[in-house]
Amino acid sequence: MKARVTIFYKEGVFDPQGNTVAESLRRLGFKTVQSARVGKVVDIELDSQHEKDTKAAVDKMCEKLLANPVIESFKTEIIGGA
Amino acid sequence: MKAAVITFPGSNCDDDVVYTLREFAKFDVTTLWHQERPALGEFQLVVVPGGFSYGDYLRSGAVAALSPVMEKVKEYAGNGGLVLGICNGFQILCEARLLPGALAKNESSKFQCKDVYLKVEDTNTPWTNQMKPGEVVQYPIAHGDGRYVCEIDSKSLADVDGVLLTYCDAKGKNLPEANPNGSQLAIAGISNKARNVFGLMPHPERATDLRSQHGKKLWNSLLSHLNAKGGNA
Repeated sequence: MKARVTIFYKEGVFDPQGNTVAESLRRLGFKTVQSARVGKVVDIELDSQHEKDTKAAVDKMCEKLLANPVIESFKTEIIGGA
Repeated sequence: MKAAVITFPGSNCDDDVVYTLREFAKFDVTTLWHQERPALGEFQLVVVPGGFSYGDYLRSGAVAALSPVMEKVKEYAGNGGLVLGICNGFQILCEARLLPGALAKNESSKFQCKDVYLKVEDTNTPWTNQMKPGEVVQYPIAHGDGRYVCEIDSKSLADVDGVLLTYCDAKGKNLPEANPNGSQLAIAGISNKARNVFGLMPHPERATDLRSQHGKKLWNSLLSHLNAKGGNA
C-alpha cells in the first residue's frame, strides 16, 4: 500500500516560509491571498495489505520520526492499494 | 580528564570543539563516529557538536537523534553524565528528548551568522558556575533553525525549568530586536531538570580564542564542577 504523510508546523507555531510565500504571491498581484503554509509531504510504500494496519504503522512512524509533536502536526492518508 | 566529541556525517564544528577542549580546557579528547556504540563511562564530558548532521534531512537533528551512538549518550546522560549540545548538537539533544522543547526555523527565515549577547539566567549549574547571575556574555551564532519553542505555552521564564542563557542586548535587556531567531522567551540555552544535559544555539567554542574570550567562562565552570566532584569522590 501507499501512504502519504503531510506535516505542517502546528497552529500557534509561526511558519516563516509560509509567510514569505504569501508575501511573494501578493507581490505578484494575487491580492486575494490571505495566508500560506509550507509543509512537507512524505510518500511511503509499504508491504502491507490492510488499510487499518498500514495507517496504524504510519501513525507510529510519525510519532517516532517523521513529525516532532512539540512544533508539528501531521496527517496520514492511504493513497494507493496493495 | 576525558571528553568525547561525537561526529556525525555533516558535523562541521567537531574539530573546533576538540581544539578548544584540548588546548584551553586540557581535556584528553576522543572523537566518536556516529555508528559506534562505545561505553562512555570513562568520560567526564560528552559533546554533541554543531553542523548539519545527516544533511538536516527531515528536521535538524531528527535523524542524528536515532543514530547508534546516541543510544549510548542517552544511557550516559541517564546515569548523570555531563552532555553538552552546541547548535546542531542542541537540536539533536531536543530531538532525542534529552532536553525539553524543539527548534524551529528562524522567525526571519534567514540564516543568522553573527555575535549575540546572552544573559546568564542561572549560575547554580555545571555549565555556568563561574558566571554571575545576570552577567552578559557574547558568543557567535550560525544557524537557520534556532527558534526555541517550549513544550508549554509559557508567558514567563519563571514557568520554564532549566533556562541558563537568554538572548539580550549589550545591557542584558531581553529586547525583541536582540532575539536573533524569535526564540520563545528569548531562550538561547536550556538544561534538563538534573542540569547534567545542556544545549545552546550559540557557539562557546568559537569564543575561546582570538575574537572573544567569553567562552572560557563556560569551560571554566565545567572544570570547576568536575574538579570539585573529583575532590569529593
